Amino acid sequence: MSAARTATLRDAVGLGLAVGLYGVAFGAAADAAGLHVWQAFVMSAVMFTGASQFALVGVLGAGGGGPAAIGSALLLGTRNTVYGVRLLPLLRPAGVLPRVGAAHWVIDETTALAVAAPDRRLARLAFLAGGATLYVTWNATTVVGALGAAALGETAQAALDAVVPAAFLALLWPRLQRGFPEAAAQRRVALGGAVVALLLTPVVPPGVQVVAAVVAVALAGRPRRGAAVPR
Amino acid sequence: MTDGTLWAVVVAASVGCYLLKLAGLSVPAAWVQRPWTTRVVDFVPAALLAALVAVQAATAGPALAADGRLAGLAVAALALALRAPFIVVLVLAGATGALVHVLTG
Repeated sequence: MSAARTATLRDAVGLGLAVGLYGVAFGAAADAAGLHVWQAFVMSAVMFTGASQFALVGVLGAGGGGPAAIGSALLLGTRNTVYGVRLLPLLRPAGVLPRVGAAHWVIDETTALAVAAPDRRLARLAFLAGGATLYVTWNATTVVGALGAAALGETAQAALDAVVPAAFLALLWPRLQRGFPEAAAQRRVALGGAVVALLLTPVVPPGVQVVAAVVAVALAGRPRRGAAVPR
Repeated sequence: MTDGTLWAVVVAASVGCYLLKLAGLSVPAAWVQRPWTTRVVDFVPAALLAALVAVQAATAGPALAADGRLAGLAVAALALALRAPFIVVLVLAGATGALVHVLTG
C-alpha cells in the first residue's frame, strides 16, 4: 500500500470516527424533542446529514409543526446537491446502483475528504472509507444518545436543553471565522437570520420563524437588476 | 403531534434530503451552478443555523426567554472562541445549563 493511500485511509477513517461521535448529541437532541429512538435511528440511517437532522428536531423541539420542520431540514440539505455536482467528476458512478448508493453518503465531510485527496482514485477511496466509517459510527452513537437521554432526570434534561443551541452554534462557528469564504458576509447573514427569527417568534407559529428568517435573508441578498453579480 | 404524524415528518424529510443528494449526482451541472443558486446555497446554512441558535437558546413557545440555555450558549461561544473541541463545547454548555437549573429551579 502506497504512503499516499495509507495517509488517505487514515485521514478518512479518523475524520469519520471523530465526526461520527457527534451522533450522541443528535440522539440526545432527538429524544429531547420527543422523538422515539427508532425515529432518531431512521433519520440517521436515511437522512444522514447532520445539520438537517439537528434542524428537524430543533424545530420540533421548539413546538414547530411538520411543514416547518421538514422545510428547515430540506433547506439545509440543498448544499448536498451542490456537493454532488462537485463530486460527480471524481466519483464517476457507473450505472444506476453505484449512483444511488454514492448519493447516500454525499455530505460535508465526505465532500471535503474527496476534494482534498491528491488524485481521482484516492478521492474515491477517501469518499468511501470516510463515508462508511462515519455512517456506521453516526448511526451507532445516535442510538446511544437517544437511549441515554431517555433515562435522564430533570437537571440532566436542563443540561441537554442547553446543549442543543450550543451544538447549532458550533456548527455555525467555522462559517463566521476569517478564512471561510466571504466570512464578513456570512456574519451579516447569520446576524440577520437570528434577529429576524427572534422578531417573528411572538407573531408566527413555532418553527415558521426559522424558515421565514432564511427566506428573508435570501431575498435581502437577491441579485438586483443592473447590479453586477458578486464573485 | 401524533406518533403517526411524527413518523410521516421523519420519513418525508429523510427521503427529501436523500433525493437532494441524488439530484446533485444526477442533474446537469449547469442547473445547479447558476450564480444565484450557488449564492443562496452558500449563505442558507449561516442564516438557518443562526436562526436555530436564537430560537433554541432564547425563546419558549411564543415568548422570548432568558434561562440556563442562554447562559450555556454564552459559555459555548467563549469555549469556541478559545478553540475548544466540539465535545468540550457541548459539555461546558450542558454543565452551565444544569448549574443554572439547580441555582434557580
